[in-house]
Amino acid sequence: MITVDNLRKNYFSDKSGKFAGIGKENGLSFEVNDGEVFGVIGPDGAGKTTLFRILASLLLPDSGSATMNGIDVVKNYKQIRRIIGYMPGRFSLYQDLSVEENLRFFATVFNTTIEENYDLIKDIYQQIEPFKTRRAGALSGGMKQKLALSCALIHKPDVLILDEPTTGVDPVSRKEFWDMLKRLKEQGIIILVSTAYMDEASRCDRIALMRDGQFIATDTPQGIIDAYAETLWAVQTENMSTSLNDLRSCSEVLSCFAFGDKHHITVEHGFTKEELSGFLKEKGYRNVKIEAISPSVEDCFMALTKD
Amino acid sequence: MKQFFAFVKKEFYHILRDGRTMLILLGMPVVQILLFGFAINMDVQHIRTAVYDPSQDETSRQIVQRITANPYFDMQGEVYSMQEIQDLLRRGDIDMAVVFDEAFQTNLVHSGKSQIQIITDASDPNLGTISTNYVLAIIGQYQQEMMGLTGIPYQIDIKSKLLYNPEMISAYTFVPGIMGLVLMIICAIMTSISIVREKERGTMEVLLASPLRPATVLISKTIPYLTLSFVNLISILLLAVFVLHVPIQGNLLLLIAVSILFIFLALALGLLISTLVRTQVTAILIAGLGLMMPTLILSGMIFPIGNMPQPLQWLSALVPARWYIAAVKKIMIEGLGFIYVIKEVSILVGMSVFLIVFSIFNIKTRLE
Repeated sequence: MITVDNLRKNYFSDKSGKFAGIGKENGLSFEVNDGEVFGVIGPDGAGKTTLFRILASLLLPDSGSATMNGIDVVKNYKQIRRIIGYMPGRFSLYQDLSVEENLRFFATVFNTTIEENYDLIKDIYQQIEPFKTRRAGALSGGMKQKLALSCALIHKPDVLILDEPTTGVDPVSRKEFWDMLKRLKEQGIIILVSTAYMDEASRCDRIALMRDGQFIATDTPQGIIDAYAETLWAVQTENMSTSLNDLRSCSEVLSCFAFGDKHHITVEHGFTKEELSGFLKEKGYRNVKIEAISPSVEDCFMALTKD
Repeated sequence: MKQFFAFVKKEFYHILRDGRTMLILLGMPVVQILLFGFAINMDVQHIRTAVYDPSQDETSRQIVQRITANPYFDMQGEVYSMQEIQDLLRRGDIDMAVVFDEAFQTNLVHSGKSQIQIITDASDPNLGTISTNYVLAIIGQYQQEMMGLTGIPYQIDIKSKLLYNPEMISAYTFVPGIMGLVLMIICAIMTSISIVREKERGTMEVLLASPLRPATVLISKTIPYLTLSFVNLISILLLAVFVLHVPIQGNLLLLIAVSILFIFLALALGLLISTLVRTQVTAILIAGLGLMMPTLILSGMIFPIGNMPQPLQWLSALVPARWYIAAVKKIMIEGLGFIYVIKEVSILVGMSVFLIVFSIFNIKTRLE
């Protein structure tokens, strides 16, 4: 079990030129239960990596505390490093070593062998085993990810910390990756995963929506969606780029965001589709399609960060 | 211990698989030794010389002939007044003028004494001194031959005895210096880059999040590079002996042992640098340029330490290459044994221990 209590870490970011970090207003507090996949979801710069690095004992928090299975991540960092499997956001294996050499190296680093824990990584490693003599740098994005996961798992960690594991990975490999996480979860491993892809949220047991270093909502994916109270419509017109601004100019439309080939809008209570359709026709749009839709996690995120 | 060996193995893979870098690391010392060996050549050649010989007698003719025949001098011809010499020197047309006494031979034969004046362009003091010495040597040799022939002890008694390097071949004095410089820089660059590369590529983050101890990482980084540097040392010694013709007078094993100690020190210095910087570029700048200047200037390789102002002398005591170069000079050129280099060796050992301990103490257990 992971317990995080009132965690704060602020620093000056050279990249954005402003203060970044987590828990600036209220310290972060949350718990992750055994055998749970906990997703931290938010855009770039939300503080996901900072949070994960603190939990992986790689950064010191300014204040607050965090424990994993009762072990403090600051005081007992050496013990923490034995029980976690950490996969940084950037591919961080040795590109000039082969697949097998990488795995063997990390197994030895963690005082174990590939053979000892082979059953744990078997499902994943079997997919890249045909390429085991290939240098890691020559692997595809999806295969790199599988190798990195194998290396993070080789010592049978209690907690798996995955920082944006699916960024830059093709959709098929992403789906496979989440299937693998599901199987690992069944082995009782706590999985802490972050992503900027909102559509991956539903694969987690519980998610925290994160922005500007704060959790703006923590619940099951369904719970987050159920809490959505707005009237949500998807609108399609012939000219999508101009209609975005025209929709926003309509006084009854509360918010309007582009979602691929549709605009998702929320409207005031009592406003009807016919009224909106009339508004758009007046603006000169034809073939207007409006339908009520159920919200996705992304809609919830937009609604929660609107103000 | 298994972790340690796995790490050493991994480092060897990195080195062996990066052919280009390995070529640079093994080729650079060779190029540097050759460049330094030939470029920092203090043997003065092509000394443009003019002669003013009012006496025009047999003895002076013979001496002029010898100077002309010497490959170090480019005889520019005769002049006929002191004024002419001054003009030529001022215009930079000649580097040196040899002026004979009037009635040179007569004086020599009758009073047993005669005079030769050597005027050199001393705007480069080294050049001035060295060319004067050359002429002195030529005249001295001539005198001895005359004495052998005639049995009369003419009184131009020039004795100059240069210990260890009677021919003034500068490679003798420079090779130890170059060895110190090249080994210091190559080794420090190698280790500092290898750790900083792990930081840059993000692999350090994974290593930190593992039970691997930072000290293990540091120490195991030195082993492969120690091996590589040993290859470099051998190639440097081979070049010194067979290309620069510097003989190894002392015990070869002692020389190699002291060199390995110095290599270890330089590797440790590289480790320390790597714990302080974040990017490979900074590591190269600090290890390359930052070490180059003090090593060149304060090690005694070019400028004698005894001539430096006191504060610089104290500073030079901190430059490891100073002690290594001193030890190599003693072993390689002077052929002295271990007892004579105990001081240097102890200082090098002390510095290595300090650097290793300090780097281990300094290495961060977290990302900064």
